[in-house]
Order: sequence, then structure tokens, then C-alpha cells
Amino acid sequence: MNPEEEKVKIITEESTEDDQEADVGRRRKSSKVQRQRRKRQPPTADPKEMVSEKAHVGSQQELGQEEPETHLLSMPARRGPRSLPPIPSMSRTGFAEFSMRERLREKLQAARSKAESVLLQEIPTPRPRRLRSPGEKVSETGLGTEPSEEVQAAHHRDDSTSYSRIKFRDAVQKIKSKPQAPPGFPSAEEACNFFTFNFDPEPEQPALKAKGKDRDGAKQEEEEGEEESPAGGVSRTDDEELLGDRDTKDFLLGLDPAAEDFVAIRPAEYEGVHTRLEKEKEILFVPSRRAVPTYKKLPENVQPRFLEDEGLYTGARPEMSRTNQNIMENRLLQQDPGRKWFGDDGRILALPSPIKPFPSRPPPLAQELSDKAGLETLYKKAVKYAHRTQHTIGSGDPLGNFQLDIDVSGLIFTHHPCFSREHVLAARLAQLYDQYLARHQRNKAKFLTDKLQALRNAVRSGLHPEKPHQSLDATQRTINEYKSEIRETRKLRDAEQEKDRTLLRTIIKVWKEMKALREFQRFTNTPLKLVLRKEKVNQKAEEEAYEAEIQAEVSELMEEHTEEYEQKMEEYRASYQQWKVWRRAQKAKKKKKKQVEECPEGETEDELSPGEEPTKPALPEPPDRAALEQQARERAAHIRRRPGEPALLPELSLAGSVTPSDQCPRAEVLRREDVKRRMVYLKILFNSKEVSRTVNRQLGADFRVHFGQIFNLQIFNWPESLLLQVYETVGHTSTVLLAEVFLPVPETTVVTGRAPMEEVEFSSSQHVTLDHEGVGSGVPFSFEADGSNQLTLMTSGRVSHSVAWAVGDNGTPLIPPLSQQNIGFRSALKRADAISSIGTSGLTDMKKLAKWAAESKLDPNDPNNAPLMQLISVATSGESYVPDFFRLEQLQQEFNFVTNEELNRSKRFRLLCLRSQEVPEFRNYKQIPAYDREIMEKVFQDYEKRLRDKSVIETRDHIDTHRAVVAKYLQQVRESVVNRFLTAKHHILLTDLVVEDEVPNISIWGLSLFKLAEQKRPLRPRRKGRKKVTAQNLSDGDIKLLVNICRAYDIPVRKPTARAPNGDYSTASLQSVKDEVFINVFDEVLHDILEDDRERGSGIHTRIERHWLGCVKIPFSTIYSQARIDGTFKIDIPPVLLGYCKERSVTAERGLDSVRSLSEGSYLTLFITIEPQLVPGQPVREKFDSQEDEKLLQATEKFQAECALKFPNRQCFTTVIDLSGKTVFITRYLKPLNPPEELLNAYPSNPQAIAELAARYVSLIPFLPDTASFTGVCDLWSTSDQFLDLLAGDEEEHAVLLCNYFLFLGKKAWLVMGNAIPEGPTVYVLTWEQNHYFIWNPCSGHFYGQFDTFCPLKSVSCLIGPDNIWFNIQQYDSPLRINFDVTKPKLWKSFFSRSLPYPGLSSVQPEELIYQRTDKAAAAELQDRIEKMLKEKIMDWRPRHLTRWNRHCTSTLRHFLPLLERSHGEDVEDDHRAELQRQLGDYRFSGFPLHLSYSEVKPLIEAVYSTGVHNIDVPNAEFALAVYIHPYPKNVLSVWIYVASLIRNR
Amino acid sequence: MTAANPSVFLLMVNGQVESAQFPEYDDLYCKYCFVYGQDWAPTAGLEEGISQITSKSQDVRQVLVWNFPIDVTFKSTNPYGWPQIVLSVYGPDVFGNDVVRGYGAVHVPFSPGRHKRTIAMFVPESTSKLQKFTSWFMGRRPEYTDPKVVAQGEGREVTRVRSQGFVTLLFNVVTKDMRKLGYDTGPADTQDIPR
Repeated sequence: MNPEEEKVKIITEESTEDDQEADVGRRRKSSKVQRQRRKRQPPTADPKEMVSEKAHVGSQQELGQEEPETHLLSMPARRGPRSLPPIPSMSRTGFAEFSMRERLREKLQAARSKAESVLLQEIPTPRPRRLRSPGEKVSETGLGTEPSEEVQAAHHRDDSTSYSRIKFRDAVQKIKSKPQAPPGFPSAEEACNFFTFNFDPEPEQPALKAKGKDRDGAKQEEEEGEEESPAGGVSRTDDEELLGDRDTKDFLLGLDPAAEDFVAIRPAEYEGVHTRLEKEKEILFVPSRRAVPTYKKLPENVQPRFLEDEGLYTGARPEMSRTNQNIMENRLLQQDPGRKWFGDDGRILALPSPIKPFPSRPPPLAQELSDKAGLETLYKKAVKYAHRTQHTIGSGDPLGNFQLDIDVSGLIFTHHPCFSREHVLAARLAQLYDQYLARHQRNKAKFLTDKLQALRNAVRSGLHPEKPHQSLDATQRTINEYKSEIRETRKLRDAEQEKDRTLLRTIIKVWKEMKALREFQRFTNTPLKLVLRKEKVNQKAEEEAYEAEIQAEVSELMEEHTEEYEQKMEEYRASYQQWKVWRRAQKAKKKKKKQVEECPEGETEDELSPGEEPTKPALPEPPDRAALEQQARERAAHIRRRPGEPALLPELSLAGSVTPSDQCPRAEVLRREDVKRRMVYLKILFNSKEVSRTVNRQLGADFRVHFGQIFNLQIFNWPESLLLQVYETVGHTSTVLLAEVFLPVPETTVVTGRAPMEEVEFSSSQHVTLDHEGVGSGVPFSFEADGSNQLTLMTSGRVSHSVAWAVGDNGTPLIPPLSQQNIGFRSALKRADAISSIGTSGLTDMKKLAKWAAESKLDPNDPNNAPLMQLISVATSGESYVPDFFRLEQLQQEFNFVTNEELNRSKRFRLLCLRSQEVPEFRNYKQIPAYDREIMEKVFQDYEKRLRDKSVIETRDHIDTHRAVVAKYLQQVRESVVNRFLTAKHHILLTDLVVEDEVPNISIWGLSLFKLAEQKRPLRPRRKGRKKVTAQNLSDGDIKLLVNICRAYDIPVRKPTARAPNGDYSTASLQSVKDEVFINVFDEVLHDILEDDRERGSGIHTRIERHWLGCVKIPFSTIYSQARIDGTFKIDIPPVLLGYCKERSVTAERGLDSVRSLSEGSYLTLFITIEPQLVPGQPVREKFDSQEDEKLLQATEKFQAECALKFPNRQCFTTVIDLSGKTVFITRYLKPLNPPEELLNAYPSNPQAIAELAARYVSLIPFLPDTASFTGVCDLWSTSDQFLDLLAGDEEEHAVLLCNYFLFLGKKAWLVMGNAIPEGPTVYVLTWEQNHYFIWNPCSGHFYGQFDTFCPLKSVSCLIGPDNIWFNIQQYDSPLRINFDVTKPKLWKSFFSRSLPYPGLSSVQPEELIYQRTDKAAAAELQDRIEKMLKEKIMDWRPRHLTRWNRHCTSTLRHFLPLLERSHGEDVEDDHRAELQRQLGDYRFSGFPLHLSYSEVKPLIEAVYSTGVHNIDVPNAEFALAVYIHPYPKNVLSVWIYVASLIRNR
Repeated sequence: MTAANPSVFLLMVNGQVESAQFPEYDDLYCKYCFVYGQDWAPTAGLEEGISQITSKSQDVRQVLVWNFPIDVTFKSTNPYGWPQIVLSVYGPDVFGNDVVRGYGAVHVPFSPGRHKRTIAMFVPESTSKLQKFTSWFMGRRPEYTDPKVVAQGEGREVTRVRSQGFVTLLFNVVTKDMRKLGYDTGPADTQDIPR
């Protein structure tokens, strides 16, 4: 039968009495409760208890009774007792033959088994218990248990196995258990029944109590078990005997629950104090204060480990009372995973105590001086942080175990607080003796004496020269040198000898003091003993030597003094003379003074001032030999051993005996005991980490500690620091850090076995005062009785040690590689740094460097040394070639995946580079091929050509060299401008990136409010601004140019000679030429080329001919900067269009034009824009320096700001930038300048004609925008002479020149800043003539009246005169609607006004322009060359056709061209046509003259090409081409090209 | 067809603009476009697209789902200028104006396979408090002149942005001939696979 079940039965048996209903579940529950309670029982502390099952149970019982306060703690340590399988047979036998058993058990020594046997004994005899009354029992429990418990508790701390105690406890138990039979308990019969009956079939009674009472029930059971079931008791623990009267009560309740239904009267529910205590004991846990055995705190079978003993640093644990710690440990053990709180050593885990032994706050400083001291700042130089990795093994370094052997042999205190006075003296004596020994060993005095002897010999031999050939002079000099040497040496020797002597004397003195002290104190502390050994000397010889020495010395001294005397005499004589002179003067003065009484006081005093009075020099005394000898003897006696006096050789030995302690006075005994209590050990810190420590050694009576330990440090890092810490322990109490000793890191050559023992001194600043004979440290004490002559000694000592690198098995030293060594170390420095080793100059000396490298054992495999190694290999290989360079990164080559040459040869790489450099040719190169082989060589051709051309001036294209040079210059300017633009492009503003509405002002607010009410989809939508796109987001092909040709005016119409009238003029070709948009107007003619009318029915065969009528040129930059061009343009129509005529519709609207029809010509209305809209580049925001007055500049800024505020769209110029990059006030450009004489003489009577001619001349100067490719990067203004020299410029230069001419001609002229239709922002010239304003376009030479609708100038923002600037503040800016009267301040805001008068600025223009006449011959030559070139070009353009030239026609045209030039291309058409007709009657003729200004050939060719004359496919077409160049002064050339095609009429 | 020595490699990207999280906004749509270097050219598919307007899901995730497909193929000779997808998300503000809710860009993943990218979306900030107010009131928030600026580094220092939400993208990337041209973009474990 399972004991558990058995037990359960017992319970049920009990319960049946109350309730017959069986409830297994409840039973289970109650049993569980029981089990739980069991678990709480204390562990058996004694292994002996485990001997047998029974004994074990017994002990449990016992403990359960005895230590109710601790039993809860042991829960996790053991399994529940129930799980132990009982041995029923044993229990049965126990029941049957208990006496036998008892005997056995007793023999078996187990105390607890005895206890059980007692129990067992009792069970079969329940009667005595029965006899007792319940009252008795209560009283007994009340009185008896308590003391017993106390006793138990008191004793439990000790070994519980002690037999006697067991006995005692048994007795207690007996007492206790007897009265425990409650009145209502089952009788013996019942008990008998219980054990004999078979209860199985009987329905079991559940534990009737409610859950809350389970506990009681359980107790009850247990009680019962104890009483009734010795057999069952095996499995039960009967620790509830003490439950006393409560049990009784419970029992009552349990007995008749039925009665409760009827009887309401119940006993007062009183809980006795003890009962409550009992209860509380179960609920509450009071941790024991007793120490917990270590094994409980550790996992099983684990020995405690003491890390500190193993040499690991654990730190000091915080102070904690033992009791508290025990309580805590007990509590922790009670918790479930309680063991995790315990360390390996079985103690509670604890961090090192954070409490510092000293206050971190500085001690309160005394008085006022401390104020400053506390605030004193210490300057410390910044220390560069050495990189951490230097001290760790790099990945490249071989990983190895390096070993440093530190041999700590011992420690000697040179002073210690426990030193007695004698010790102090002994230490001093020892020190002096050491000093003596060291001096003796060196024996410097002897050396110097010998030297002196040698020198004297040399002098003597020098005085009697054996070498007569030596010049006397040289000898004398040598002797003098020797003599001075002798003097020096003698002084040194004397000093040395004196020191020796003093030392000896001091030693003897100290020894004497010591002896006196020993005598005085009547005991000896130190075994030191000084023996002075006397050495017999030969008195006679010594005396002689002594005397000789004296004599030599005296004679030398004599000599010296004589010399000195002579010198002094010399000085004396000189000064005496001086004095005499002064004296005489003084006397004379005195005389004078007496004569002249009125002499001012001050003067006399001045003269008589005592400072100036030279004293009468004293006559130097001649040297006295006797005195000198006396001196020498005295000194010798002082510093030297007297002759015949035995030489004293001190010998220090430790032979003395120390007085034993029992003969010493008490203070000394105390001191010695104190010394004995002191222990010393050393900690070894490697890189400030503790690695090991020596054993704790007692301080010897001689204050020496011998360790003799060798520590082998296995290291990975280069030792940064090696530190020994000296610790002293006094008794068991405290450990004091005495001092820290830094050991030098050994040289790499120092290996174990070869390292000498070294001593390092240390000292401590601790202050120790002792109450015994010890003198203490840092405490003044005195040897004298009166306390004078105080000494203050600090604890100090020496550690003897040796540090060396270990040697590995194969004999190699285990040293970390050199690369690890910190540069900061001196020892390492010498090796690793060549400069510190051999000096900077050594670096340049290869041999020296190599030598150094070899000596310092550089690791050749260390990459750090690679450059050196390479160099050294070169230097040492014996090759004659030593490179005269020093390559720093010679390893770089290994990392280049191809050589530089190869990289340069790679076309792809080159292409990528060029593209990333934004070289124009490659800026937008797409899809750079993946392989070199796919890149054509020709890709680079253009670029390379351009590079070549940069330096070479191409003269082929430029006929004359002057223009070539200019062109080159302009090209360079353009490039630099482009580059600047490109850099500016990378300078991005917020507005380039982010679109953000500006903060609206009130009007916009109102407008937007108004807008809210507006219709969402108005019937008449307004044009909205498009979104702008910055150029950087564009790629090629993104930009589309939209050209809409709206209408045209006054296009020449074909004369009705042509048959087919179906041509029209709207055909436009947009040639996307690089920079300009050409709109060429053609007449398209359809020719029926079918010869035969018979074929007409079957097919149509026509030919389209296009006849060029004119063109409109719009630079792309204009479109780009304007974003949109909407206006009417004059078509550039050649003066003669053969075969076409203008419809002369004489209309009335010319009425306004009183002068003449200025608007003659054909016009085209265009709308051009770019899709998407591009944001014009911002002008480079640069500020240039200026020579203008600062006030003026400020005024300009103010003026511009004001203008911009009012009319932000109207640009206002006040300053411009000249060619040298300086800001110049704009009016300085305007000044009357003379046009060429030629022009003035052309029409002497007609000023208007002269003006036109001047305009024409100006317009013939080639136009070249500053803003070479895009946007107004920055507008440079050149002066007129520069402009004429360069022969190129843009609008402003033309305008300035024209304006200056007009001013010269006496006109009123201004520059007009404004917007014109093709150009955008531009500069025109305004003149006032005959009550009319004329607007001149300086680039074309045309002029317009103010009210001409076709005037290209569309807005006027400001006028600039030679002395003022006027800003347009009228409502409108169109020239048609504004008043040009600048005198009206309401219309024009002037820069200079009354408040700021015109300061009279000087002009930047030259005084006069000088014109050279152009070489006519050169012009003629150029003319021929151009003609030839153009002819070739036309033939080139017609590769499939034969090009025939009609010579006759050509010559006719050539004659005609000068005529055109003369008439400026006007009014010659009819005559010309007639003449042509006459000469070439049977040709259908189409052709026209082109007029251009000459800059270079290319534009000419382009112009000819764009007319498309060469496109005629008619097989028998002939061509005619004539060129005429009219030279104007200053190389301004007017070029006429007449090109025509002729088709013979059949 | 398959040349032994290809002169270009191909990059095929498909996937979708899956969803977005814009905690404060609703009814958003997105645009995407690709930005790529000079050596790249699209060969097939759409380079840009504009999605439907989506509303927040009604569940706790509050996610805006577009599931807007992307499918484009590029060819290139040079990995420099690897394509980036630029996303811009727009939605109505309180007044019903369409305003931008976020810009973001991310490189198309280099290695073949399926990749999920979540990119933070940001908008440029107004330059001042007053501007902020007026732009809010007028419904004209600061915008980038071109969404493509978010794919480039140049000039970004002049702007200040604020993050608004996240967009999750899914890419399936297929490359062709990359390895033949000497570019290895695969994951480390597939690098040693023989060609």
C-alpha cells in the first residue's frame, strides 16, 4: 500500500464520522495541502540522517517540531518527504518488535532514529495519554512547549547530531506528545480498527471543511497520524503536535457538523496568543539570523570558489553587518531561484563598495590664502590622444603569446613608520656606506691626482723643450693651456678629496651617534656594525709625497698669484693715473669755485657727487709665499689624510646582535610587535590592470621583505605601463596602499636570464604617527633631547626587481612586434623613429639610414616599415644606383588595378572623365560604350583639334592676322565666361529648387480674395504662366522650340512672269543652328517639268523651286532669356530681289511719318517659345571692386533699390563692369567722340546723312554678344577705343559708340535701356532732332521715329546721358506712350538731383579716336579669297550636280555691288534689273545681294548656305557669285555677296 | 540574338507602389518617375505614371493602398547613374487644393530578386512662419520645381524638409548581361555560381 494512500485513508476515516459522503477530490485536495506543508519542512542538515529512510523521516519529524522558524527555508533543498518510498516492511517490523529495533537503532548512533523509536514506543501504549485530561494538556503545551522551543532554538545553531542534545530533545518530545490526545480522539478500538479493517469499499468522507479550513483539516490528519498510525506514520510527518487546543477545537467542529445546523451556540472564538503565534508562524516567514551553510547557496557538488584567491580582482565589498547578510541570504534562499543571487564563493553577489575612503570634496581651506589656492588654475598642455589601436594587435600582426617575466625579488624600506630612531640612523649609515662604496669604486680622486701628475710632468717637459724645432710661441701656448688645466684639475681633485673625507667623517659621525643611541636606549635594534679598518702606511714615503705635493701646489699658486699680481698692478697703474687726473681737475675746479661764488648750487653738487669720485686705488700686495704655503697646508690638512695617519677603511657588517625583545623597554616591544603585525604585498598592474599579486609577506625586523616571485605575464598588448603597488596590511584590519612603483618596460633586447636586478625607489606621502618607539612617517622627530634639529621622514623604500621578455621554446624572445610599440615610449621611440635616432640629417644619408635600420632590427615584414625597407634594400644591395627620391607610397602600385598608362590609354575612361568635367563636346554624351573597342577614335577628334587650336592661330579662316588674334581673344573670353557660367550653374538657390509663393502683400491678398469668388472655369480663360524648369533637370531632346508664324506683312510678291501662282510664303524652316534661329522666307514655286503634253494625262511631274526671300535671325539666347518672343520682326530682305517686287500699296497711314517711311520692309509676326519653359540663368552674383567714390556707389545701390521697388520689371543700370572687371559709373562711358574723317566729309552739308552714315559704320562692326552662349552672365562694357580695336561687341558697345558720335555731331543723344523685340534687354540710342525723337538701333543702323509701330524697341526703362541717369517712372514704358522729356521729374526720376549734384565725373573714354585707313589692297585680296572660297563651297554643296559659273553675269554683278554700297542698298533695284535684263535677256534669273559685316568667313558661308541658292536641281542651271568688300576706316569692312542662279529660257 | 559579347546590360524592374502611410492625410495619389544617368536608356515600359486616388483603409492600419504597377526596362552601358524611382504624393488640403504630401526617391535595387523598400516621404518646408501660414491658406505649399531634384544631391543644402509619411514599394528586379560586362551585383552566396 502506498503510504500516501494509506494516509488518505486515515483522513477519510476521520472524516466519515462527520460526513459519510465520499469525495475523492477533496481528499486529494487535503492531501495536497498536507504535501505542501511537508515541503516546507526544514531540510536535514546532517548527512547522517540520510542513512536510512526511517532515520530520515524521523529527523524530519524532529525538526518539524523543533525549529518551526527555520523549517520554511529549506524547501528547495530537498524533495518532499512523501516522494521517498517508505519501506513498509521495516515499519511493520518496527511495530512488531520495537524493542529490538530500538536497540539496533541506538547502536546505529542516529539520533533521529532514536527519536522515532521513542515515538513508536509510545504508539502502542496510548493509554497514558488517555489518562490525561485536556486541560492538563493545554497547560502543558502552554507552558512546556515554549521553553523547550527556546532551548531548541538556542541550541540548534550547533551541531544537531550531538547525542546528548538528541536525548534531551527526545525527552521534550515525550513530554509534549503525551498530552496531545484530544478528548474526542478515536479510541484504541478505532485505532485498532483502522489498522485492521479494510476500508477500501467504504465511501470515503471528504474533508468537510471549506477550502479555507483545509489547513486545519490537514493538521488534524497529521495529528491523527501521529497518534494512531505508527505504520502509516512512516510516510507522514507528525510535526503538528504542538498545535494544541486549536486542534481540539477543529476537531470539535469536524466531529459534528450536523449539530451546527441546530445549535447556534458555539464557544467563543478565542485564539490564544500561542495559537496565534503558531498560526503566524505558518503564514509569516521570519528569516533566520543564522549563517547559511555555504553548500546551500551553491549548486550541488560545487566547491566554493574564491576569485580573489585566484588572483582575480574582486574589489572591496561594501560594509554590511553579518546578521543582515544572513537574514538576506536566508530570505533569498527561500525564494524560488534564490541561488542566482549567490556568487561562486557562496556569498551574495555584490558590487565593489562605491564608497570612497576619502571625501571628494576638498577639505575646507583655511583662511584667505586658501581662496586663491583653491581657484588656482593649472595649465596643462594638451596631450594628444594616442590611438587605442596602437596597443592592440593589428590584424596584420602575427597573433602570438608574448610573455613578460617580472621578477619581484624583494623590498627594502629605507624608511618606515615603524623605524625606531636607531633604524633611522642605520638607514642613513647604510646609505652613506653605499655612497662610500660607490665613490670608492670610482675613485675619482685618484684619477684626478694621476691626471694632475701627468699634467705637471708635461709642463715640466714643456719648459725644457727637447724638440727645438717647435716654435717657442706654440710651446708657450701649450704650457699656458696645461697650466690652466692643472689649475682646474687641482680644484676638482681637491673637491673630490674633500668630499671623500667628509663622507668618511659623516659615516663615522653617524656611527658614533648610533652607538650613543644604542647605549642610551640600552638595547640594539639593528645588527649594523661599522668596523674601521686601519691600513698601515709607509709614513716616510707618504710624508715625502705630501711635502712634494704641497710644494708643487705652492709653487703653482705662487705662479698664479704672481700673474694675478702683475695684472692687478697693471690695473692699478691705469686707475691711479686716472685718479690723478681727476684729482687735478678737482683741485682746479675747487679753485674756480672759490672764485666764482655765484655758481649754481646744483651744478656744484653734481660735480661733487660722491659716486663719480674715483677712489684712490689701493696698491695690490705682492704674493706672499709663506702665506700661500700656509693656506695650502691648511687646506691639505682639511681635505687630505695627514701623512703617516693610517688610512681608514670603513666596513659595514651585519654582524651585530639585536637585543632580544624581553630585554627591551615596553615601547620598543610594542614597536617590534607592530612590525610583526605588518604584512606587505605587491600588486602588479599591467597597463593599469591588476594581473597578479605577490604573497602577503611579513615585514622583517630589518624592514626587508623577500618575495622572490617571478610572474610570467602572458600578454597580447604592448606594455604601456608596468606598475607595482606596494600594499601594507596591519594585522587583519586594513590594507593601505603605500606607494606605486612604475617599472620601466624592458628593451626588446632584454630577455629572461640576462636581465639584471634593478632597484626602483618608491616613497609614500602617508602620514603615520605611532604611539610606540616607531618614529612614524611624515611626522617631525628629533634625535636631540631638546627636540631641535627636527627631521621629517617619509615612508620610502626600494623594490628590487627585474623585468625581461621571456624566451620561447625555440629560443626566440616572445616580444610583441615592433609595430605595436607606441611612439610615445622613449625606448620604442628610439627604434621606431629614425629621426630621433639618427637625426634629421641622417635621413638623407642612405648609409646611415641603412645602418640604423639594421641596428634597430626593423621588422621587414611590417608594412609600416616598408618604405624604409625598400630603400634599405636598394642602399645595401651594393648597387651603385641610389635613387635620389624617397617614395612614400611605394605600395600604392599594388593597389592600382591597371597602370596609369593603361588607364590613360583607355578611351572609355577618358570619355567618362571628360564627361564628368563637363567638357562641352562630351557634356551630354549618352551611353558611353561599355568597351573601349566600341569607342570610335573620331569621338575625340573634335576635342583634340580644339585643344590643338588653342595655341595655334589659324590664319586660313581669318584672312588677316589682326582679326585672327581678336578672334582668339574672344574665344578665350567666351570660354572663361562659359566656365564661369557652368560653375554658377552648380550654385543653386532655394528658388531653383523649391517653388514657393512669396508672402503676398495686401493687394495680392485682396486679389486672391477676389479670386475666391471667381469662376473656376471662366469663359475667357487667361494665359497662365507656365511652370519653369531649371536647366539642370533637362537632358538633350527635352527642349522643343515652338515657332508659330502668325502673319507677315509686305512680303515681296512674285512678278507675274512665273507661270504657276501657287507659291506661298508661309513655309518656314526652323534650322536648329547652334545659336540662332533662322527663319527664312521662301517662295515655293511649282514647276511643271513635263516637256510633253502627251504625258500629262497619265502623270504629274512637277518640280518645286524655292526662292529665298529673306530671313529673320533670332539668337537662341534671346529666346532662352525671354522665354517667349511674341512680336513682329522685320525680315531681312536683300535690297534686290530679282523677279520680285513689293506691292506699293500707297496708304494713308503714313501721314504721321513726316520724315519718310521708316518702316519700309517686310515683316513677320512670330510667336516663339520653348517647351518646357526654361528658367533663365541668374546673373552671377558677384561684387566687383571699384574705383568709384564710396558715396556714389551707395547712392547707386539706393537708387537701384528704389527703382526696383517701384518697377521691378524695368531694369536700371547705374554701374557697369569694364573689361578689367571694375565697376564703373555708367555715364563715364558717354562723351563726344569723333567719327572717322571720311564719314564727316562724305556729306558735308547733310547732317542727317552723316548721322545715318555713322550709324551704318557702327552697325558694320561685327556683333558679338558678351553673353557668349547663354544668359547675361555678366555684361562687360568696353570703351569705344577698345571696341574698335576688338572690332566686336554687343549692343551696349555699339550704342555707346553711336551715341558718342551723335554727341560729337552736336545732337542731343541718350542711351535708352529697354527691351527690344528680338534682343530682349538691350540698349538703343535716342536722339532729339527737329522736335522729334528718333530711336536708333545701333546694331542694324536703322532708326525709327518715336511713334513707329514697327520699332523693335518695346519698352524703355531708363535713359542715360553723359551727366545723368533718368529712370522711367511713368505708368507705361512703351516708347509710343511715353514722354521723353527728361526735365519733368514726375515722369523721370533722375539720379543726380539737387540733393546729389553731379560731381563732374571724368570719362573713361579716350580724348579722341584715331582711325587708320584700311589697306585697300588687303581688302581686295580678301575679296578675291572670299569669292573663291564661296564658289568652292557652293560646288561642295552640290555634290551630284555640275556647277557652272556664268562669268558674264558674275562680272555684271561685280560692277553692280559697289553701287549698292554707295546707295546703302536702296533705290537701285529698278535700274539694276533693267540692266541685268538687258545683258542676260534669255535667262530666268533669281538672285540677290547679301550684305554683311565682316568678322570671319564662317558667317558668310552660313548666310550663303541658308539662302538655299545651291538647291536648284534644274540640270542646266548656272550660277553667278560676286563679292565686294568696301573698306571703312579702322578695318571695318562691309561685305557684299551677290549670289544668283540662272536658268536659260528655252 | 544573344551576343557573346554584349555591349549593354539590361535591367528590368517591375513591381508596384504598394501602399503608403500618411497619418494625417487622406485621399492621396502618387506619381512616379525614373531618374537615371546619361548612360541609361529606357527600352520598354512606362517611365512615369500617375496613380488613382486612394482613401485610407477603415481598419486600424489606416493604410493607403495604391498597388500601382511599375514595369520598365532599361539598358545601359555603365552602372553609374543607376535608375532611381522618384515618388511624389499629392492630395487635397482642407480647402480642396491639390498639394504635395511627400517626395521621395530610392534606387532601384541592384541585385536581382524581390525587394521591398519603404521610403520616407518629405516635403520642403516654408521659409518662414508667415510663408507657412499663407501657403497653407492659399493652398500653394512649397513644392520642388521638379520632383526629380529629390534624386540628386546637388543643391539640396538650400532646402529644409519635413517628413510626412512612408511609401512602401515592391521591386522585382531582373538583370541581363551584367555579369558578362563585369558587374557583379548578386548576393554574396550566388557570386561564385559559374556563368
